[in-house]
Amino acid sequence: MSHLSQAEINEQVKILFDQIFNRTTPLTKKEQLAIPPQMMPAQDENIRRYNLEEVAVGYSAEQARVEAMRCIQCAKPSCISDCPVSINIPGFIKHVAENDFQSAIDVIKETSLLPSICGRVCPQETQCQLNCATGKFNKSVDKAVAIGRLERFVADWEREQGTIKPPIVKPETGKKVAIVGSGPAGLVVAADVRREGHDVTLFEAFHKLGGVMRYGIPEFRLPNDIIDQEVSTLEKMGVKFQKNFVVGRTRKLLDLMKKDGFDSVFIGTGAGLPMFMGIAGENLVGVFSANEYLTRANLMKAYDEEHSDTPFFHSKNVAVLGGGNVAMDSARMALRLGAENVYVVYRRTEVEMPARVEEVEHAKEEGVQFLFLQNAKSIKGNEKSRVVGMECLRYELGEPDSSGRRRPVVIEGSEFMLDVDTVIVAIGNGSNPLVSQTTPELTVNKWGNLIVDDKMKTSIDGIYAGGDIVLGAATVILAMGEGRKAAAAINEYLLEER
Amino acid sequence: MAKILYKEQLSADVYLMRVHAPLIVEERKAGQFIILQTNEEFGERIPLTIADANEAEGSITLIFQVVGKTTTELSQFNVGDDLPVLVGPLGKPTHIENFGKVVCVGGGIGVAPLHPIAQALKAAGNEVTTIIGARNKDLIILEKEMKAIADNLIICTDDGSYGRKDLVTAPLKEICENEATKPNMVIAIGPPIMMKFCSLTTKPYGVFTQVSLNTIMVDGTGMCGGCRVNVGNQVKFVCVDGPEFDGHLVDFDNMMARLSSFKGLETEALHKCNVDKEFEAKLEEKK
Ligand SMILES: Cc1cc2nc3c(=O)[nH]c(=O)nc-3n(C[C@H](O)[C@H](O)[C@H](O)COP(=O)(O)OP(=O)(O)OC[C@H]3O[C@@H](n4cnc5c(N)ncnc54)[C@H](O)[C@@H]3O)c2cc1C
Ligand SMILES: Cc1cc2nc3c(=O)[nH]c(=O)nc-3n(C[C@H](O)[C@H](O)[C@H](O)COP(=O)(O)OP(=O)(O)OC[C@H]3O[C@@H](n4cnc5c(N)ncnc54)[C@H](O)[C@@H]3O)c2cc1C
Ligand code: SF4
Ligand code: SF4
Ligand code: FES
Repeated sequence: MSHLSQAEINEQVKILFDQIFNRTTPLTKKEQLAIPPQMMPAQDENIRRYNLEEVAVGYSAEQARVEAMRCIQCAKPSCISDCPVSINIPGFIKHVAENDFQSAIDVIKETSLLPSICGRVCPQETQCQLNCATGKFNKSVDKAVAIGRLERFVADWEREQGTIKPPIVKPETGKKVAIVGSGPAGLVVAADVRREGHDVTLFEAFHKLGGVMRYGIPEFRLPNDIIDQEVSTLEKMGVKFQKNFVVGRTRKLLDLMKKDGFDSVFIGTGAGLPMFMGIAGENLVGVFSANEYLTRANLMKAYDEEHSDTPFFHSKNVAVLGGGNVAMDSARMALRLGAENVYVVYRRTEVEMPARVEEVEHAKEEGVQFLFLQNAKSIKGNEKSRVVGMECLRYELGEPDSSGRRRPVVIEGSEFMLDVDTVIVAIGNGSNPLVSQTTPELTVNKWGNLIVDDKMKTSIDGIYAGGDIVLGAATVILAMGEGRKAAAAINEYLLEER
Repeated sequence: MAKILYKEQLSADVYLMRVHAPLIVEERKAGQFIILQTNEEFGERIPLTIADANEAEGSITLIFQVVGKTTTELSQFNVGDDLPVLVGPLGKPTHIENFGKVVCVGGGIGVAPLHPIAQALKAAGNEVTTIIGARNKDLIILEKEMKAIADNLIICTDDGSYGRKDLVTAPLKEICENEATKPNMVIAIGPPIMMKFCSLTTKPYGVFTQVSLNTIMVDGTGMCGGCRVNVGNQVKFVCVDGPEFDGHLVDFDNMMARLSSFKGLETEALHKCNVDKEFEAKLEEKK
């Protein structure tokens, strides 16, 4: 494979590092643009496909500083405007180059609260790195400054120092705020609202905090320690947590205000409603939603067969339907749970796949097989209703559709059988209707997403919402951005209330 | 955390527990369930029906049969112990109204979830006939409680050791056949196979029949789809759309197949934990 070992990477960066930092004259822009992009060290693919440890190991300090020198400090940086939370990217990168990592993290934290997470899971190639000048000059988005990796580096650096101080909390105001859901949106609101001195309680349906970051995104991409760290910072700030509490069931949403005296509520319940294909055989034994498959493996720790009571399905040949991050995670998890062949079945081509490029690369390296321009027609079962195969159809690309992507058109009579015993449906998530159904006063759109105004306020005064429950299945950084907006509005509302 | 306030063994492998859960007591209605774990780190999430609630004590009653790893572990909890995870009430409450004449059929452990429903139906003014079935006399639970509610109580055992020697479907059929006793509604809760045959029994008489499905669950909030069943050719999630459905529309065969999804594996987990128990017993002996 094209990947270098950690030792080889270290060797190479040493030479570059000396060339760049041990000279008397500053580099010219041209020289900066000629610095090769720094490769992310990763666990060997033949080892990692059998373990749950993080795949991408992270930059060394030398690598980070070399990579930081690739940023030419644009006067009008596109990277800032392409980042959903407008991090001062050249600002923090400059500090990295200067070996001042503390200042770098301080700059990031002015706008982003979860850099160690976003640095890992943001789809950078379609956001901050998309129009990066360095990438443009080198004619490839792959050669853009590795902003996400640098962000991760400084956030990890800070964590390793063990010096993270929880933000200062203003004197108690006596106002109570309830937050529903502990995904990125809820966590960010908790921090921002607590900072103003309000009494914050976060309610979570599950027995663990973190939302999709905990139950969906696997350990090998986002280690749980990182989420635990964020949660413990909130604890230190005095945020209270009520786990195993389903708002709408354990308590009605409005009762949180009426009975429990909360002055304001934030709803960040995410997009947890699995979609299915609606094809024959989808209820057979061995067909799972990606949510179920990943929740068993991640949250319930089924991968740890020796300790966990929750079983997972032992598969030999697995088909994963879909082409997003959820599909990649499912496919890679299936490998780690012992499947011999894992196929990602996607009806368009690789170019159209919404998954992050890095995840697709990693999946390929690990041995996931991609079946492009193909899709499931039906799933076949045996007399015990267990999956024994999947009937597929081949597609070709036709005219562009409203999204601008060329529409896949089925090739008539192209049916063929794929030999699988497990099918994981990873075609997306809708909004979980539990809260809106138990609170008729909330207005939702036709997809069931909560409708909010430009300050993230719902149809009920004092109740705000953000993240996937408003956007539909989106991203961590967008959920975080919405959370910050909602928190600002809640703080403003509580100020007026006084 | 939820403290166990009371524990009683009802039969060889059936236990009753009252657990401190004041918030759940406040919101719960007949037909709803909770999910619990015996261990937060590695435990499985299992659903159990709320069989009763005690407002003064702030407790809910759980009645469970030991069938596998988690229920075995649960049976080893004692008064004063804390359950690390308890969440609910989940699912839709039973639709209760005055239907007129109703028949409540409970099989085995299914009598536990049936009890609060029968209670609510009685309170709503229905004439309640209850049919309880079990393999033998020792496996009959809540007879006294059911007797207190029912206008008419019929007990069946497979081996005839108590009550009629019949399957519950036999008296159910007789009641439906007779115009004078034909019910306006039947609710059947028990093993899937019993619910299937109760539904088949009432179908020719056009008697509306509700069943309470006990599928495999993970989250219990509509997030995973593991609990899905075919009802009238539509996919429904038992945890949020149910657990009660029109028995004449449920695809029981598919449901039963799905219940066996992890079969081999779960017997293995139980085996492991039985081995543990044996080991502990031996340790005790040595002391
Ligand atoms: C497998 C997978 C991979 C992904 N990969 C990426 C990626 O690489 N990059 C990226 O940016 N995004 C990714 N995403 C999307 C991203 O995770 C989500 O957009 C993001 O987590 C949404 O955040 P949120 O705070 O809105 O909700 P969530 O993270 O969904 O959290 C909602 C929380 O609310 C809780 N909850 C729900 N209802 C209730 C209730 N009634 N009472 C109490 N609690 C409740 C839920 O249990 C959950 O913990 C991925 C998603 C999945 C499923
Ligand atoms: C809404 C609902 C209400 C329920 N109420 C009660 C109740 O009041 N009392 C009671 O004793 N049981 C009840 N059950 C069934 C109970 O959840 C299972 O017996 C329990 O999950 C088994 O766990 P285990 O780890 O001990 O067994 P496992 O080792 O997990 O399994 C043992 C056997 O039980 C079956 N099984 C596994 N998981 C489930 C499951 N979630 N539901 C049903 N069967 C399963 C398996 O097919 C296997 O054959 C209810 C189930 C549902 C869905
Ligand atoms: S938050 Fe995401 S989009 Fe913004 S700079 Fe960081 S990685 Fe890029
Ligand atoms: S666009 Fe690229 S080169 Fe320009 S400031 Fe941003 S990261 Fe640096
Ligand atoms: S248990 Fe997960 S959707 Fe019902």
